[in-house]
Amino acid sequence: MENNSNFETRKPPVATTGILGWCRQHLFSNWVNSFITLLVIYFLYQLIPWFLDWSVFSADFWTNYKGELIVDRTFCSRVADPEGDHGACWAIIIVRFYQFMYGFYPPEQVWRVNLTYFLLVIALLPLLIEKIPGRKHLIKFTIAFPIVAFILLYGGFGFQIIPTNKWGGLLVTLVLGVFGIAIAFPLGILLALGRRSQLPVISMFCTLFIEFIRGVPLITLLFFGMVMLPLFLPEGLNLDGLVRVLVAVTLFQAAYMAEVIRGGLQAIPRGQYEAAQSVGLSYWQMNRKIILPQAIRISIPSIVNTSIGLFKDTTLVIIIGLLDLLGIGRGALADATWMGLSNEVYVFVALVFFIFTFSMSRYSLYLEKKLKTGINMGAD
Amino acid sequence: MSENSIISLQNVNKWFGDFQVLKDVNLEVKKKERIVVCGPSGSGKSTMIRCINRLEEHQEGKIVVDGIELTGNLKNIDSVRKEVGMVFQQFNLFPHLSVKENITLAPIWVKKMPKAEAEELAMKQLEIVKIPEQANKYPGQLSGGQQQRVAIARSLAMNPNIMLFDEPTSALDPEMIKEVLDVMVDLAEGGMTMIVVTHEMGFAKTVADRMVFMDEGKIVEEASPDKFFNNPESDRTKLFLSQILHQ
Repeated sequence: MENNSNFETRKPPVATTGILGWCRQHLFSNWVNSFITLLVIYFLYQLIPWFLDWSVFSADFWTNYKGELIVDRTFCSRVADPEGDHGACWAIIIVRFYQFMYGFYPPEQVWRVNLTYFLLVIALLPLLIEKIPGRKHLIKFTIAFPIVAFILLYGGFGFQIIPTNKWGGLLVTLVLGVFGIAIAFPLGILLALGRRSQLPVISMFCTLFIEFIRGVPLITLLFFGMVMLPLFLPEGLNLDGLVRVLVAVTLFQAAYMAEVIRGGLQAIPRGQYEAAQSVGLSYWQMNRKIILPQAIRISIPSIVNTSIGLFKDTTLVIIIGLLDLLGIGRGALADATWMGLSNEVYVFVALVFFIFTFSMSRYSLYLEKKLKTGINMGAD
Repeated sequence: MSENSIISLQNVNKWFGDFQVLKDVNLEVKKKERIVVCGPSGSGKSTMIRCINRLEEHQEGKIVVDGIELTGNLKNIDSVRKEVGMVFQQFNLFPHLSVKENITLAPIWVKKMPKAEAEELAMKQLEIVKIPEQANKYPGQLSGGQQQRVAIARSLAMNPNIMLFDEPTSALDPEMIKEVLDVMVDLAEGGMTMIVVTHEMGFAKTVADRMVFMDEGKIVEEASPDKFFNNPESDRTKLFLSQILHQ
């Protein structure tokens, strides 16, 4: 015992490290745990091969089991040979892929949409990668992106005008989602600050706005935007249908965003305001440099959560006749040549949504991790 | 207001709701004078010094700082805050900014100082508080004593004429109190006008020009440290001193 001095450090016992140790601790620590582990493994064993078989190995893509090119539902293996063991018929997606992506955008102009998608990726880069060279200039582009995107997608300045009723599919989903979130975020910040303002008029206006918008279902707001908004506008000014929906979606999202950010603001200790004031910062400097960076940091999980919620809620525009990704899918199913392939359509639509929402969720985790370094909030 | 007062409080009254925290407070502080304010908790000493840079609003009376009267006028408040630095009990460093950024923020944004110049200034201030090696760390990585010294450097970077200290050592572990007090003693010897709310009576004896004792929102006694500690007038002061000196 005496030889084993207190200052010597030993390696941890082998049984608690490595893959085996991890499995023992986390999967088989007692018999309930072991039972659940085995049960889950059994279900995965049943589910994954079945799904892979349905969606990939036994599925039709361009051709059916006889090698014929699929041109309508009757060629699909599972329709042509109901007795056989056939999987999904992805031809419906492949044949209508253009519609799923762009709606009824004129094909000779579709490069404009693709260019917009490409520019969107560029605009997101400075937000995604902190150490990208020339970040300052890229941020300027990110701020200008909505205007660039509008001109490219809609037209004007020498571009042929493509009315928004020709837009559809993922294009509409992304326009509503990206613009809705991008405009609602700054608006939400202003509303949150306004609600906490010491000036009663501003605070009351913001509170009323938030409570009204939040108290009404999005569908009602969408109808409101479609039917009633034109009544409030001066005669002759006829707002585009998509713009009216976008206004409704943005206001809805802004109200939720405001409450999320207000939650973050409430977590900032009073001492931060006092320290900022005592060194002479003005109200806007204090909020921009001290309060909001901390408040937004705390709210990231909730901000991303409401953003994901909004992105999925854009599918509600289907009820006022806009054809977003889901709308195009339902259109395809209503078409007699492809009827009955709803599994394929819904799985595809779900997958596309999942890709976007899952990326957002990963991005939020990345942000949280990045911003945590060296920061000890609250406790000091 | 007397001739060479830099801070003047005249019949200041303040209420929190129905509760009166300051009752007819009168205080004149001369340039380069060091005042130590003490008193039991809830006596209004923090509130009083927080009124001097308008973190709290007084409802009655007059507060004049370096010739500027504190009213609702935002311009006046801004110019007073440029004159007055403040150090808090809880440090209140900005946790999302590095030590250097904590110090350069106000010079860059309030005084519109170029970034390079502000950073040079920050390093100079960190030398004064004896922690230049911590410049690139974040507040959460520092000890309490180091954080408080950064907070002092942050205030000094705005080149204030007056420094207010609101119980600067009360939240510190005992072994860190001295490093903060040493910095404050240096500052006092450099000729800074200081109002310090503290229970560090050793510090008060070495540094203070005048002791102010408050109780229940009133200034009960004002005296030189010598008289205050050896021969206090009021019974309330005697009781307070006996309690904190013989614990």
